[in-house]
Amino acid sequence: MNDVSLIVKVVAYILIVPVFIFGSYVILHGHLSPGGGFAGGAILATLVAMLVITFRDDFKENPHEIFSILECIGMIFFILLAFFGLSSSFFHNFLVNLNGLFGKPVHFGVNPGYLNTAGVIPLMNMAVGIEVFSALSLIVLMLSMRYGGERK
Amino acid sequence: MEVGREMFIIEHLPALVIAIPLLAAFIAPLLKRFGKHAVSVWSILNLSIVECLVIVLGYRVIKDGIQSYAIGASIPSLLSPNGLPVRIILEVDAISSFMGLTSISIILLACIYSACFMKKYKSVERYYSLLLLMAAGIMGMAFTGDMFNMFVFLEVLSISSAGLIAFYAYKGEAIEAAFKYLVISSISALMVLFAIALLYGQYGLLNIAALGAAFRFTILDKIALALLVSAFVMKCGAVPLHMWVADAYGEAPAPISASLVVASQISLYALFRICFTLFGLLPAIQIIAWFIILFGLASMFVGVTMAMPQKDIKRLMAYHAISQTGYMLLGVGVGLAVINDINALNAFGIAAMEGGIFHIINHAMYKGLLFLVAGAIIYRTGTKNLNEMGGLGNRMPITAVLFLIGMLSITGLPPFNGFASKLIIYESVFLFNPILSVVAMIVSILTLASFVKVFYSAFTGQEQSKYKDVKEIPAIMLVPLLILAFLIILFGLFPGIILKLLVKPAVQALLDRAGYIGVVV
Amino acid sequence: MIDIQFLTVVILISVGISTLVFKKNIIKIVMGIEIISSSINLFLISLGYREGSVAPIFTNAPSVKMVLPTPQALTLTNIVIDLAITALMLSLAVLIYNYYGTLSMKKWRLVERCS
Repeated sequence: MNDVSLIVKVVAYILIVPVFIFGSYVILHGHLSPGGGFAGGAILATLVAMLVITFRDDFKENPHEIFSILECIGMIFFILLAFFGLSSSFFHNFLVNLNGLFGKPVHFGVNPGYLNTAGVIPLMNMAVGIEVFSALSLIVLMLSMRYGGERK
Repeated sequence: MEVGREMFIIEHLPALVIAIPLLAAFIAPLLKRFGKHAVSVWSILNLSIVECLVIVLGYRVIKDGIQSYAIGASIPSLLSPNGLPVRIILEVDAISSFMGLTSISIILLACIYSACFMKKYKSVERYYSLLLLMAAGIMGMAFTGDMFNMFVFLEVLSISSAGLIAFYAYKGEAIEAAFKYLVISSISALMVLFAIALLYGQYGLLNIAALGAAFRFTILDKIALALLVSAFVMKCGAVPLHMWVADAYGEAPAPISASLVVASQISLYALFRICFTLFGLLPAIQIIAWFIILFGLASMFVGVTMAMPQKDIKRLMAYHAISQTGYMLLGVGVGLAVINDINALNAFGIAAMEGGIFHIINHAMYKGLLFLVAGAIIYRTGTKNLNEMGGLGNRMPITAVLFLIGMLSITGLPPFNGFASKLIIYESVFLFNPILSVVAMIVSILTLASFVKVFYSAFTGQEQSKYKDVKEIPAIMLVPLLILAFLIILFGLFPGIILKLLVKPAVQALLDRAGYIGVVV
Repeated sequence: MIDIQFLTVVILISVGISTLVFKKNIIKIVMGIEIISSSINLFLISLGYREGSVAPIFTNAPSVKMVLPTPQALTLTNIVIDLAITALMLSLAVLIYNYYGTLSMKKWRLVERCS
């Protein structure tokens, strides 16, 4: 009983790319502009919600396993980043102003926003982004596919 | 090099104690592919490491005084760079390490017990993950020196506990209990957040020590105090809002019931920390103290009377947990009532607080033992109903003896640890107000009556034919029970040493408001 | 003079609490908790707000009068926690509906056992 029309499916296909790009943009620019891991992850999770609504009947099995692993990996990445700061203290920003990865000093004055700044904060944003994306997707998948529908 | 590494670990102890269970919690689900045992071994390993670290930290606190840690600073001891604490500060004094030690020990034993108890269930990796998160939440609440951080860890604790209470998701009652617990705990957490907002709006500070130094006791502070006290009383399961306790403890898996006991006690710790450190100098603190005493009295009495007619063994024990929480509230409440009166404090206030604080660790141990024994009975017979049990004493002799130890301890008979702390509470509270002491003694007798019923209906009497094949529980489940029983007898035989080593420093830390504040400001 | 935002907070909290107390449907109870949580978020945000000030980004700021950043961080944290609580509560609600076939609080077994 596939009652989702073709138009909806095609539009969903088309929307995948812009939504994904926008979500990734919000995650990656979290240290420069409003947004960050949580907001970007939530935007990415709307993608999964959209796919679930549109292609719910086409799923053969619930792909929650992969999101479950991804969620753990995001969180482990985040906490490990905090652990790496232990040379000074827990959660210490050990990359900032070192001219390495994300290590450029912040420019003064009007600038377009340099991505390569802020030390571990962008990395943590990415970790949080992965975590929130997979956790929210997991919630959406679980609620809609496992328990969805009327009670028998 | 070796010395350097030791110093490195010691320097970062307060952060590691919170961070290790947090990291382990998220690695645990990934270990599922190596089998169920891998996950349980991993959890036990990590919790043991944390236990060792907490012991070392406690030793450091006793030896060197309050340990503090600024998260994210270039050096951890850089607490307030410009005279104001800008970072999240972990502050560990004797009472926090006391609570941390109690909690992590019970959770470790519950985790060892779970290795066998939860073996037959699917998705055990989630169980261990949530258990480790719960440990992280408890550790965070015990060791943090920041109001907002305390709120965050309170929520971590609530969410993981709710997930664990609902672990038997095939039973409707467990889901219901989890929902109830979640409603209560999120409301109490929102009250805490509102109080934090009120305090932040006035002082622009979130650090407990800095707030304590800056206090002016305005009307908004009093509102914040009322919100905080009611939130934490709600969360620790005292009487006006005790209804979640019976459901949650009764429906959760047995090791989780034991861990929930310490999870409620950590709210008790938060309550004491707020009352003593933040509001210790408030002139009207006596009113709050009397409220705490009355909550304690009501909890003691209502808990025990509600426990009498219960037929479900874990529900009965849950009501007793409410009743025992009342003793702690009573003891520390009496101490709080006389905090500004030095003579009374020295005469009986400190003793009452020692009784209350000592009762925390005693209660965690014997209630943990009792819940685990109840879990053992359920594990072998498959029923929670006391009317369906009978004659198990012959089949499970060691369990019966262990239950007897827990029972005699909770009723406060010598030479078990319940007697030691209850005696201190009776004596000191009697000097404050004899009626309170009398009520406490009556409650103790009623507890004995209630537990005698449980013992007779479960372990003695006619042997039931359907329990012919019931055996003693496996050795791995017996180990935590035996450890707890051993500790109960040890604490009961040598209360003086335990008081001197653990409890007296904790009480002194709770009273030493200036010392706690002085570390930061 | 009473600020309008604090009045809103008070009204919203009372709406939330009355929802919690008087409604029997568990979805409505979740909504009540959400309302209280949102009103506390509003309270936090309005605490940090300064009229005519800018976002707290120091690089080349047009003026030094800035909105307080800490309440915003607190609010964000509360939003995240709130998401977790809501998701957990709603999934429990779904499970409850699957078991009992109702969302009313009156029909559950634990409630009957206690009364």
